[in-house]
Amino acid sequence: MLENDIMIRMGLADLMDRYIDALDSDRLEEWPTFFVEDCLYEIIPKENEDAGLPAPLMRCENAGMLRDRVVSLRHANVYQQPVYRHFMSAMRWSRDGGDGYRVTSNYMVINTNQIGQSFVYQTGVYQDLVVADASGEFKFKRRRVIYDTSRVQTLLAIPI
Amino acid sequence: MPDLQNDLSELDIRLPLERFPVSDGSRVPYAVFNSPEIYALEQERIYRGKTWSFLGLESEIPEPFDYKSTFIGDTPVVMTRGGDGRLAAWVNRCAHRGAMVCRHLRGNAKTHDCVYHQWSFDPAGNLLGVPFRRGKAGQAGMPPDFDPKAHSLRQLRVASYKGLVFATFSEEVEPLEAYIGPVMLEAVDRVARRPLVYLGCTRQYSNSNWKLYMENVKDPYHASLLHLFHTTFNIFRVGMKARCVTDGGHGLHSLILAIKEGQDVAGEDYKSQNLRSYDEGFSLEDDSILALVPEHEPVATNHIQPIFPQLVIQQIHNTLVARQLLPKGPNNFELIFHFFGYDDDTPELRALRVKQANLVGPAGYISMEDTEATELVQQGIVRDGRAASVIEMAKSAPDQENTLITESLIRSFWRGYQQLMFGA
Repeated sequence: MLENDIMIRMGLADLMDRYIDALDSDRLEEWPTFFVEDCLYEIIPKENEDAGLPAPLMRCENAGMLRDRVVSLRHANVYQQPVYRHFMSAMRWSRDGGDGYRVTSNYMVINTNQIGQSFVYQTGVYQDLVVADASGEFKFKRRRVIYDTSRVQTLLAIPI
Repeated sequence: MPDLQNDLSELDIRLPLERFPVSDGSRVPYAVFNSPEIYALEQERIYRGKTWSFLGLESEIPEPFDYKSTFIGDTPVVMTRGGDGRLAAWVNRCAHRGAMVCRHLRGNAKTHDCVYHQWSFDPAGNLLGVPFRRGKAGQAGMPPDFDPKAHSLRQLRVASYKGLVFATFSEEVEPLEAYIGPVMLEAVDRVARRPLVYLGCTRQYSNSNWKLYMENVKDPYHASLLHLFHTTFNIFRVGMKARCVTDGGHGLHSLILAIKEGQDVAGEDYKSQNLRSYDEGFSLEDDSILALVPEHEPVATNHIQPIFPQLVIQQIHNTLVARQLLPKGPNNFELIFHFFGYDDDTPELRALRVKQANLVGPAGYISMEDTEATELVQQGIVRDGRAASVIEMAKSAPDQENTLITESLIRSFWRGYQQLMFGA
């Protein structure tokens, strides 16, 4: 049992690391592949979450909306390309019914701009529901990004 | 010997005024976007002058004794609801020694007590009590002639229209509805057609001057050129009728309405112009984000209505926002997107409003570029205070209200601004 738990934890941590690596390495096209088709991805300020209010910063209700976001960021939206570095800590997980895992973790994103300043762009928590897809690979069924840094500097283009 | 220092600072204040090269609003000296003197003057003549500033929605503080901290210009103020439900607002500065009394963003409190010396105020800002006012054990307290009524918090005039709360420092400004004016009130009524339900907020901070954002929301010309979302996904807006009007008075409020007349079609207009904003080959997998449930008359995809100086009312498709614009020094502003719905929303319509929050706000498909653009201006104009922007589009057709290719609302804004700041 313990050995099994360690394997699960390693699998979840691997998913988190690959996700971060894709975003921080500007492989945005990979981002939707970390989710199952019927998924939820949401970035919402802690302020709203705590008050039980729904207004999000970004909200994708299926993988199609994730892919639309990527196409828009690549071809439509105008923004200074940020350089993100994600740092994650305090990952905890538990079983959700039979086949899913609830995972929570802290994150911090340092952004470096074109003139070479690095600053804390955003901190918050990930609240995830992870499932194994048909081939047994861990994917996000739900990833809720609840951010503390309520004052978004300039804009948010690249997902967290 | 003349006081050189004083002469210089007076000159600095006068300088941008003298450098508005023409009075029709078509030339704006860049110094107004980064001058500390102009910024200080704005706090007095605009935010503490004869204007009404938007504080928030009534539905943010629905219960007796609810409150919310916010700002008028850069002055911290608190809007409250009394035990009797009455709205009030006061400057968040203790009448004793100046400390901020309210230290929370939101909450519920029957009294507001300054932590420094425990002076206590009611929700309307009246002084309730002063510790040791009569001294202790025979020792002196406050002087016998100390009158608590004379030491309230700085109380502001407050008015609410259709659930939108405003306050003013001015005893002279006309009542709120007259200040907004009949043309703009009709447009407010269009959006505030039912009691408003607060859905939360998102906040965006920009390294640029607040007036650059004010120009942006009066600028339909930029919409299809900077924001390429619609054109990238081949959603064309040929069948759109435009309406661009000001309040018809001081000209500081305005409305841009993009009225839906027919189906969106693939258009030759953009293609033939060979613009950057035309791209082929992309389509949305989930186009429900651009659904439009008709609920406002006339049916419009975009309603952008700045009520000077702190509010922009927005309806984009079915997402509804009261944007609060707060100056944070000459080179920064904060924008708070207060999302709302109506009390009779179906669950489906409420869900659509939340989904369409993707269109606006700091990560909005058709809004994220605005702060990028205003920051580019702020960076470009440094050290060229006497140079001026050129605001000429559709200047030769001042009465033309049915086009989006116009800068008439911006010119009107600058005429009103000059009057308020430097007028007789």
